[in-house]
Amino acid sequence: MNDFDVIVVGGGLAGLAAAYTLAGEGQEVLVLERGDYPGAKNVTGGRIYINPIRALFPDLWEKAPLERHIAHEEVCLMDQSRSLTIRYAGSELNQEPYQSYSVLRGKFDKWFAKQAERKGAVIISKSRVDNLIIENSQVKGVIAGGEELRANVVIACDGVLSIMAQKAGLRTPAQSKNFAVGFKEVIEMDRDLIEKRFNLEGDEGAARLFMGDVTAGKFGGGFLYTNQESLSLGIVVGIDALTEEKPHNAPELLDKFKQRPEIARLINEGQTVEYSAHVIPEGGLKAMSKLYGNGILVAGDAAGFSMNIGVTVRGMEYAMASGYYAAKAAIEAQAKNDFSAATLNIYETLLNNSFVMADFRNFKESLDVLEYPPLFEHYPTLIGNIMRDLYEVPAGPKGKIYPTIKKYLSMGELWGMVKLGRRMMKI
Amino acid sequence: MSEVKGLKAKLGLDVFKEDHEFHIKIIAGREKDSRLKKAILVCPAGLYSENEAGEVVISVDGCLECGTCLLACGDELLQWHYPSGGSGVQFRFG
Repeated sequence: MNDFDVIVVGGGLAGLAAAYTLAGEGQEVLVLERGDYPGAKNVTGGRIYINPIRALFPDLWEKAPLERHIAHEEVCLMDQSRSLTIRYAGSELNQEPYQSYSVLRGKFDKWFAKQAERKGAVIISKSRVDNLIIENSQVKGVIAGGEELRANVVIACDGVLSIMAQKAGLRTPAQSKNFAVGFKEVIEMDRDLIEKRFNLEGDEGAARLFMGDVTAGKFGGGFLYTNQESLSLGIVVGIDALTEEKPHNAPELLDKFKQRPEIARLINEGQTVEYSAHVIPEGGLKAMSKLYGNGILVAGDAAGFSMNIGVTVRGMEYAMASGYYAAKAAIEAQAKNDFSAATLNIYETLLNNSFVMADFRNFKESLDVLEYPPLFEHYPTLIGNIMRDLYEVPAGPKGKIYPTIKKYLSMGELWGMVKLGRRMMKI
Repeated sequence: MSEVKGLKAKLGLDVFKEDHEFHIKIIAGREKDSRLKKAILVCPAGLYSENEAGEVVISVDGCLECGTCLLACGDELLQWHYPSGGSGVQFRFG
């Protein structure tokens, strides 16, 4: 006799989305969360894009405790002592339904867990799952706190290290080259000050990305998002990039980033209230392991569902969608009363037919394309130098504009740009 | 490695709940393995350092449970598991 129809390991977005969906369809579902509450171990940069998942959770969004809808996008290229910022404001960003919001997971996940509980899901916090129960190569449940808990299906949503998927033999130990680490500060600030400083009205929010000197020329970048009453400021950088030539110490990068004049004046008068870190799977399709086995499905970060394509770094939508489809697959298996991999492979079919795998197929080259040092060092410096010369009015006569620019664009430089363009055509 | 200014104070802002054991240990005999030095660079909480004997040591208090050290060094060098249920860092904002 099973204790539950489905056991979900991990109360993050994938796990909670699975539980919410399963409970909504009358399944008996248990979520085991190792933190004090769902959200206690969860970190985002962060912003979430709602459009791809709006219809999967139609009743969720109206009251969701999201922070601010993103009304302006900025990208800033940073050299050591200068920067160029491109700001995009489009009326569509400011029209309901909004496509993207800043979000704090401590708040959002706790609320989402309550919604899942209202549907009938059982959520037990402070409970770490230590192992899977595997009998005749079929996953039959989990072991948590020395206790055996049995279910027809286990959905592993245990995060980026995906310990459950490894125990189920679905993946081999991860390789560092496919992962980045993000670390951020939440900086408390008065609402009014945020709105004044970032040119916002009401619930409008700003998203800013920073490339170049912020990661000392390494693959990655900085980010700043405005929340209701705080800023999320941090850095994402490839784990291998930190240890390779000209190594850098991760916390030092964030410290230097905060001291940049462009940043220092934005966070001035703010009070850091939390420091957090999170590993991000960036390997995409090429690094993805098996998504299901006998009696087990893998969703969210655990499945590698996160993607960096430069202008957007996304994971939460994939987590919620994969949790949803995992729930649908488990329901299908329940109807057939067959929990073997042969039935659970419907999960892969559902994902293949959704935006999730379509995105991963479309952007399967993105890590290889973007992991290109000149993008983070040479080009920000080149652009900074051109801008400096364009704006400079020297003591003597000012040079003509065309030769001013042309002197930076040697044949070698132009050839480099052609090569860069050809790389970019892959994504 | 010089300590990053204010890092300890920054970690002091987070809520941590004590565990009954260390959830990350350097595997005995591997303390001088040069690959462990990666952990000193990558750990966002700066928990790893090298002592005078040339051994890498970890002070697990302040661990943000991100897993970066495990990915950088692998399980040949580190015995790594999550803190037990209800222990370790508890993010309020996340």
